[in-house]
Amino acid sequence: MIDVKDIIKPENLVFKKSKLLLDTPMHYCPGCSHGVVHNLIAEVIEEMNIQSETIGVAPVGCSVLAYNYIDIDWHEAAHGRAPAVATGLKRLLPDKFVFTYQGDGDLAAIGTAETIHACNRGENITVIFINNGIYGMTGGQMAPTTLEGMVASTCPDGREHSRDGYPIKISDLVAQLPGTCYVTRQAVHTPGAVRKAKKAIRKAFENQKLKKGLSLVEVVSTCNSGWKMSPVAANDWMAENMFPFYPLGDLKDE
Amino acid sequence: MRELKLMKGNEAIAEAAVRYGVDGYFGYPITPQSEVMETLMAMRPWETTGMVVLQAESEVASINMLYGGAGAGKRVMTSSSSPGISLMQEGISYIAGAELPCVIVNVVRGGPGLGTIQPSQSDYFQSVKGGGHGDYKLIVLAPSSVQEMADFVGLAFELAFKYRNPAMILSDGVIGQMMEKVEFDEYKPRWTDEEVVKNNPWGTMGKTPDRERNIITSLHLQAHEQEAQNIKLQAKYKEIQEKEVRYEEFMCEDAEYLMVAFGSAARIAKKSVEMARAKGIKAGLLRPITLFPFPFKEIDAFSDRVKGILVPELNAGQMVEDVKLAVNGKVKVEHYGRMGGMIFSPDEVENALEELIIGG
Amino acid sequence: MGKVRGAIVVDIERCKGCGLCVVACPTDTIVLADEVNGKGYHYAKMGNPEACTGCTNCAMVCPDSCITVYRLKPEKSK
Ligand SMILES: Cc1ncc(C[n+]2csc(CCOP(=O)(O)OP(=O)(O)O)c2C)c(N)n1
Ligand code: SF4
Ligand code: SF4
Repeated sequence: MIDVKDIIKPENLVFKKSKLLLDTPMHYCPGCSHGVVHNLIAEVIEEMNIQSETIGVAPVGCSVLAYNYIDIDWHEAAHGRAPAVATGLKRLLPDKFVFTYQGDGDLAAIGTAETIHACNRGENITVIFINNGIYGMTGGQMAPTTLEGMVASTCPDGREHSRDGYPIKISDLVAQLPGTCYVTRQAVHTPGAVRKAKKAIRKAFENQKLKKGLSLVEVVSTCNSGWKMSPVAANDWMAENMFPFYPLGDLKDE
Repeated sequence: MRELKLMKGNEAIAEAAVRYGVDGYFGYPITPQSEVMETLMAMRPWETTGMVVLQAESEVASINMLYGGAGAGKRVMTSSSSPGISLMQEGISYIAGAELPCVIVNVVRGGPGLGTIQPSQSDYFQSVKGGGHGDYKLIVLAPSSVQEMADFVGLAFELAFKYRNPAMILSDGVIGQMMEKVEFDEYKPRWTDEEVVKNNPWGTMGKTPDRERNIITSLHLQAHEQEAQNIKLQAKYKEIQEKEVRYEEFMCEDAEYLMVAFGSAARIAKKSVEMARAKGIKAGLLRPITLFPFPFKEIDAFSDRVKGILVPELNAGQMVEDVKLAVNGKVKVEHYGRMGGMIFSPDEVENALEELIIGG
Repeated sequence: MGKVRGAIVVDIERCKGCGLCVVACPTDTIVLADEVNGKGYHYAKMGNPEACTGCTNCAMVCPDSCITVYRLKPEKSK
């Protein structure tokens, strides 16, 4: 019999947390997708060896403290304004890697104008878009991406389009704009999905090197707290309900 | 060698920005200051100094582009007029909270609302008393000539970087649109990226192995941390108040009656002082150049010397409150104003001095 | 050739007991402990260490990057 101790040796290491992910424990709820995506971004920056050339723009939302977790320079943005902040950074630092990290309320409600116009100008940045269908930080209110019938604290009987309008597929919208070069919809609920999401994030960063325009990676995510489910049930619910409306895959790759 | 040109105040802002070595201008068109961006675009500075000029989708976006550029430690600026400056208040508050340098030009027009495109000084309160949310202050410079429009670009950047604080040039449509002779400094090269890193080690230029990561933020979730930041800000504002007051006196030495006016109103008031003097009235003018820091002490010094103070402003009475604070009831202070884009004439102001101060 | 052998090390204090690794593990290696960590979470641990193949699935879905994975090279795991 091989003892576990014989396996746990440096030469047998196959996976560990990215070096760029700081030891600070994350403040996210147990099972929240934000953490997985943070790790993927850290891994991509580490693997591309661009720590000293990367500036992240953190939004207002649950990930407002994203700057506490990845060991790079970070810039805060007001709610929804991350693409404008990133534009200022990237225009003045055209050879650096600049990315925004935004929730659906941030990117698709209060910051819709900044999002669409950064896409339309073809700003040479990467946008990571966490679509969890709800406002996590403020306690589970309806988001622009909340599904019809989905319950949130400001639509307790479910989203009703005659009152609340329809869920918005912002990635489909920005894929129409000539300024975007890569628009993809991913998830991180299974190991396979995580692998694909990482590839997508890597490509979205590589595109900056090629100066191809704006790359947007939407990650359909869970907010189990806001959804009032266990993390495992939230993943199942997402696969069953979110994916039919927000199908995974590339929307544009030029 | 200084170079002499004839141009509008708005054009002078643009010319001075390129010559000063500004890295980026982000703006959105609005009358009466659209010439600033138009002049910059016509100058094509990206081909000469490498300066970035970008038309944003709104003033909300332009101020946040400034926020990003300022966070890196670059010299960035925007210009707008009153309704646009209102839209920027959120971003200005963040920039002040995060203690970043940048320059914002407000070529004021009459309000409230969409108001009028004619000149006004009705944004004094907004500029010096906050404007956005939270306890913060802007450094506010009030030019009263085209020459000062040009000179204050550099001065505003120097103060902004010295104190890591946003600075505003509070002008109005009179000075923005007026043509005058103006002398310019020679072109200064923009900072290289190495100089930016050296001068502003706090900037987000990318985390190199020799330092901890830089984080630009105005967020302090813990109340005691936020209060500590507020205390730090207040100490900075106090230092600015002590060290950076700028003002100009005109015929004040023997003045029995004082006028206090800024910007375009001060140009008119200067004429009024001369008219009063011609009538034998010993009038003088004190023109605050910095509105924050306001020359409280310097104005108070006149409270025992003069019989009354007139504050002519192109608004309903805003700076007059600070003049009253300065003299604290020791001498009579009256406001004379026109609003909504109407401009008083020198004799209207001179009359006001006689009626409200001397006769009143 | 025997079966590939692996092992995981969970950063117990970082773990929030969300259970996503338990579901992601194809060999039912992981369980949530009956005991709790310093923050009161039932942390993840190997309940069935022999079953682990070191596939890294658990580590990949872990939102808090708590899991380090080791795998024996096939020739060693006869
Ligand atoms: C101007 C402004 N309006 C409202 C808020 C309050 N607020 C903070 S986060 C948030 C919603 C965040 O939702 P989302 O972007 O979907 O991110 P999540 O928290 O779900 O990750 C709101 C409304 C704010 N901070 N600023
Ligand atoms: S509230 Fe939702 S989005 Fe926010 S940390 Fe918790 S699970 Fe994640
Ligand atoms: S996925 Fe991570 S945080 Fe969740 S139970 Fe497993 S080890 Fe703990």
